[in-house]
Amino acid sequence: MAQKLLSIRDIVDGCSLKVLVGKEFLSRPVKGIIASDLMSDVLAYSSSESLLVTALPNIQSVVTANIADAVCVLYTRGKRPDQMTLQRAALFEIPLLSSTEDTFTVCCWLSNLGFSCKTPREPQ
Amino acid sequence: MGKSEQFTYVFEILGKDMTSAGSVSTTIKKMLRDLGLPADLVRRTSIACYEAEMNAINYATNCKVSLKVDMEMVMLGFDDKGPGIDDIEMAMQEGYSTATNEIREMGFGAGMGLPNIKKNTDWMELKSTVGEGTRLLFAIYI
Repeated sequence: MAQKLLSIRDIVDGCSLKVLVGKEFLSRPVKGIIASDLMSDVLAYSSSESLLVTALPNIQSVVTANIADAVCVLYTRGKRPDQMTLQRAALFEIPLLSSTEDTFTVCCWLSNLGFSCKTPREPQ
Repeated sequence: MGKSEQFTYVFEILGKDMTSAGSVSTTIKKMLRDLGLPADLVRRTSIACYEAEMNAINYATNCKVSLKVDMEMVMLGFDDKGPGIDDIEMAMQEGYSTATNEIREMGFGAGMGLPNIKKNTDWMELKSTVGEGTRLLFAIYI
């Protein structure tokens, strides 16, 4: 049987995150994780309905999330987006979350919640 | 959309207009979604469009974006006035970049734009004249 997908709310609770905007959309399912500060990487390698973990709090993080069909953006190291970015996220109906911890720590927590990553392969 | 119907639209991008970076792609994405096109096709088109838009903002003086949708494909054209590309083969290589710090601070400029466009489209053509401008065309088949 397929494993039940975690919701944004499960992640907020499991990682003790602050919700900056989009409280009304927390029941949406999260299918995967992409962690990067390089938006081209997000565009190139993320799947749709992913959670974007980034320390880049500018408006491009939200525009990129919208273009790449990401379901939510999580800012690490306590980074706070400006008012324009918050407004744009609300317009796109993309919740913005925040953690005071670094990207690595947050990704470890997400892994503990059940998000899997690839297993190491022989170097090519 | 009926069999013979065609949807065309033209947008303008101003070079260095960082505050509206991504707005053309966001609008185009919404248009394609409203046309009822499949989600994966809309996503791929939007990603290619956004990378092209960031390139235009970064390098060009101004750029005309034309969108055409018919029963067979979504086609986008980016015609810019700007410095042009000296070595297209080099520009197509992942990791090659001449981006400014400003664009890097926005999370772009790592030399992935053109390869990302190629990856997400079914057909792509890039022509450039140094000192005049660049013409990028790409299509995603429906």
